[in-house]
Amino acid sequence: MPENRAMNADTRLCLDSERSQDAEHQVAAIEVVDIHKYFGPLEVLKGISLTAHDGDVIAIIGASGSGKSTLLRCINMLEIPSSGAVRVRGEEIALKPDGPGRRMIADRRQIQRIRTRLGMVFQSFNLWQHMTLRENVIEVPVQVLGQSRKAAIEAADSLLERVGLYEKRDVYPAFLSGGQQQRAAIARALAIKPDVMLFDEPTSALDPELVGEVLTVIGDLAREGRTMILVTHEMGFARDVASRVVFLHQGVVEEAGDPVTIFSAPRSERLRKFVGSIR
Amino acid sequence: MRIDWALLAISPPGWGGLLLRGLVTTLEIAVGGYLLGLLIGIGGAFGKLYGGAVSRDLLECYTTIVRAVPELVLIVLIYYAGTDLLNRVMAALGYAAVNINGLAAGILVIGVVQGAYSTEVLRGAIRAVPYGEIEAARAFGMPSALALRRITLPAMIPHAISGLANLWMIATKDTALLAVVGFTELTMATREAGGATKAYFLFFCAAGMLYLLVTLISNQVFNAIERRARRGMPKV
Repeated sequence: MPENRAMNADTRLCLDSERSQDAEHQVAAIEVVDIHKYFGPLEVLKGISLTAHDGDVIAIIGASGSGKSTLLRCINMLEIPSSGAVRVRGEEIALKPDGPGRRMIADRRQIQRIRTRLGMVFQSFNLWQHMTLRENVIEVPVQVLGQSRKAAIEAADSLLERVGLYEKRDVYPAFLSGGQQQRAAIARALAIKPDVMLFDEPTSALDPELVGEVLTVIGDLAREGRTMILVTHEMGFARDVASRVVFLHQGVVEEAGDPVTIFSAPRSERLRKFVGSIR
Repeated sequence: MRIDWALLAISPPGWGGLLLRGLVTTLEIAVGGYLLGLLIGIGGAFGKLYGGAVSRDLLECYTTIVRAVPELVLIVLIYYAGTDLLNRVMAALGYAAVNINGLAAGILVIGVVQGAYSTEVLRGAIRAVPYGEIEAARAFGMPSALALRRITLPAMIPHAISGLANLWMIATKDTALLAVVGFTELTMATREAGGATKAYFLFFCAAGMLYLLVTLISNQVFNAIERRARRGMPKV
């Protein structure tokens, strides 16, 4: 999708919600508008907005505790933002009040439908342990999306082939390395043919020697123009594959921009320190 | 002492047939009560884990009381008081008194007792399922009933199976307590046969062998289930 890649230079992180309504842009794949998130009295996200257009690869970086995983988890409502809105392809996820300062899902069917368009990859893989890799990959297509078992198996086998795990398709996750499990988890997320892939620190639970194999798979996905939002500690990787980098600090977007600028010419002192400390 | 094996013959004058019919009744009540208990247990476990304050408190009362009171007392209580209560309600609503089917009453009694124990067994097992697996199901848009059936229940079985096997063994033997309410299950049948022939030793040994046989077969079944349930887990 070369035109999508070309648009990246033009798309931007929208810090004001009006801009996202701009008619000359197509409807954004994901739009996060001014979300705040409290855990009890602690404000973890302090008004964050973020827009991902088709083909964007957005890397969210920041020190631990900066709120980057929480931000990602707010997109598919694994965490419910205390205020603000999330739109997926222009459709706002409906929330309703649930006691003072809390909200809950207003429409289960809507969130379930939207979640099937967002492929999530977790830090600790979260493969279903009582299913083989292939069973893991076909589970959602067959049980949720209503695909035929035969078609789902065919698709699953080619996805497993792609992440280099076809030989292991009948093996249970607990018998595999972390890197293999994470690659299978990526295949599981791809099997739903998601609009957007969400990666929550996909290499943080891996032994150092296994990080590379997972990053290779994610990098290939990025290069084929897939829309992705990626929370990561791998700065070199973010620089290579991201179209935009967002630096979070204590719940606010401290700085955002294209990777070259972010890593080579950071404007804020905090980002300069952070980039320096990682290297 | 000479043992008169002919007393165990299936057809009269032998008493074997009565014993086997008692065994069948025992198994019917045990299976029925166990399954009812499992249903109550699944509902109870999820109610305790995810329910509101009221349902949690009610379930806590249920499991505490049922597990605190001796089963013999519970059986007498539920059997007599339960049918009495039911008939009073029927009378108040203007219906004629119903004659409670003994088998149904027995299943209900065992089920209520088993339900309290399985609630606790299953609650512990569900909590042992890594939360990430359940969260992954949510993240991929699975409705909660589907996630329960496809992910949570199969994933908790390895943690629940030994406790559930124990409960099954207890269920088969708790049926003997129903003898006090005049129910002809295996133990009652044995007593009748012994009383009529005075060959108590022979009949109670025979009944013991039948109970043992049930246990041995059950063990095989539960071992097979456990092997299947643990298929995704490395051997320790």
